[in-house]
Amino acid sequence: MPSLKDLKNRIESVKSTRKITKAMQMVAAAKLRRAQEAAEAARPYSERFNAVLAGLAKAAAGSDAAPKLVRGSGSDQVHLLVVMTAERGLCGGFNSSIVKLARAKAQDLLAAGKTVKILTVGKKGREQLKREYADHFVGHVDLSGIRSVGYDNAQGIATDLLQRFEADEFDVATIFYNTFQNVVTQIPTEMQVIPATFEDVETEAEDTGLVYDYEPSEEAILATLLPKGVATAIFAALLENAASEQGARMSAMDNATRNAGEMIDKLTIEFNRSRQAVITNELIEIISGAEAL
Amino acid sequence: MADTMQFDLVSPERLLASLVASAVQIPGADGEMTAMPNHAPLITTLRPGIVRVTSAEGDASFVVTGGFAEITPEGTSVLAERAMPVAEVTQDVLDDFVAAAVAARDNATPEMLDELAKQVSDIAGIAAELGLQAKAA
Repeated sequence: MPSLKDLKNRIESVKSTRKITKAMQMVAAAKLRRAQEAAEAARPYSERFNAVLAGLAKAAAGSDAAPKLVRGSGSDQVHLLVVMTAERGLCGGFNSSIVKLARAKAQDLLAAGKTVKILTVGKKGREQLKREYADHFVGHVDLSGIRSVGYDNAQGIATDLLQRFEADEFDVATIFYNTFQNVVTQIPTEMQVIPATFEDVETEAEDTGLVYDYEPSEEAILATLLPKGVATAIFAALLENAASEQGARMSAMDNATRNAGEMIDKLTIEFNRSRQAVITNELIEIISGAEAL
Repeated sequence: MADTMQFDLVSPERLLASLVASAVQIPGADGEMTAMPNHAPLITTLRPGIVRVTSAEGDASFVVTGGFAEITPEGTSVLAERAMPVAEVTQDVLDDFVAAAVAARDNATPEMLDELAKQVSDIAGIAAELGLQAKAA
C-alpha cells in the first residue's frame, strides 16, 4: 500500500502531465488549421496541373518517343519506397500506420524477388524501419528545421528522386503518406510517382473536346512538366501529411488528457480512502487506550 | 461575343489571382504573347517574366518564374512555379531568384545549360523592367 505522500506525489505528477498534453492538443489544433488551409490553397494548382499533364501524357504514352518518366525504365526490378513520416512523435498511430503500410509493401516486393530501396522523409519513419531495413536505406530527408513545408522542400525531394532515376538507381518509385480525412481519420496511402500514372485523373481535353496548340512543342512541354509533376505530387503528399500529423496529434493528446483526468480521479479516491483509514486507525487506538484505563 | 474571360494565376502554394480579365500578357517560351477572349486553345511553357492582366477592375502585374499557361477561349490559367505581385518583389526577392537561377545553371548538365543560362538572363530582364539591380551573375 503506497503511503499518503507517495499518492500525493503521483497525483501531482499526473496533473502536470495533463497540463502538458492539454497544451499540446491546443497547439496541434492551431497548427492543424494552418496546415489544412495550406493543403486547401495548394489544391487548385495540383488539380489543374494534373489535368493538363494527364492530357499530354495520354497523348504521348502510345508513342515510342514518350519520355522515360511516362514509359518507365523498361523493367520493374528495383523499387524505391519513399516513406514520409513526421519528425516528431506523440501523434498516435500516425507514424506507425505509414510504416506498417511501407513494411507490408517492402515484404511483398522482397518476396517477389525485387530489390527494395528506401528513402525516408522525417525522422520517425527512419527510426521505426531501421531495425529491419537498415541495409535498404539509400537516403534520408530531414525536415526537422522546417516550420511549415513549402514547395521548395518538395522540389528538393523531387530533384533527388529524378537524379537517382536518371542514374538508373531504381525503376519504380512509390511514396507513402497519410491522406487527411478528418481529425480522427487519416488514411495511409501509397502512390506511384515514377513512372507517372494517370489512370484516375480526368483530362480536361476530353471533357471539353478542345484541341490545344502547344508552344514550343508537345514533347518539349511534356518533358518540362513531368519533373514538375513529381514535385507537385510530393508537395501535395507533404501537405496532406502535415495536416494528418497535426490531426493525429490533436486526437491523441485529447485522449491522453482524458485518460489523465480519469487517473487523477482514481488516485484521488485512493488517496482519500487511505487518509480515512489512517484517521480511523488513530481513533481506534485512542479509544482502546482510553477503555483500557 | 464575350469580351472578357476568366483569369487564374496559381502557384503551388496558393491561388494568387482569380478575376475576369479582358487581356493577359504572358511571357511564353517562344516570346511574349497576349491572350484575349476567344483565343485558340493553347498550352505554353513560361519563361521567367511578368504577367500583366488587364481587367475592368484595373491592371495587375505578377512576376513569375517558370511554369506553364493554359489558354482556352473562355479563360486563361497560369500555373507558375513561383509567382508574386510585382509590388512584393523587392531587391532581396530578386537576389533570391538570381541566386537560385545561377545555382541551377552552375549545376546543370551540358544539354540543360543553354536553357538555364537563358533563365538567368530572363531574370535580369525582369530586374531591368522593375528598375532593380540584378547582381552580376
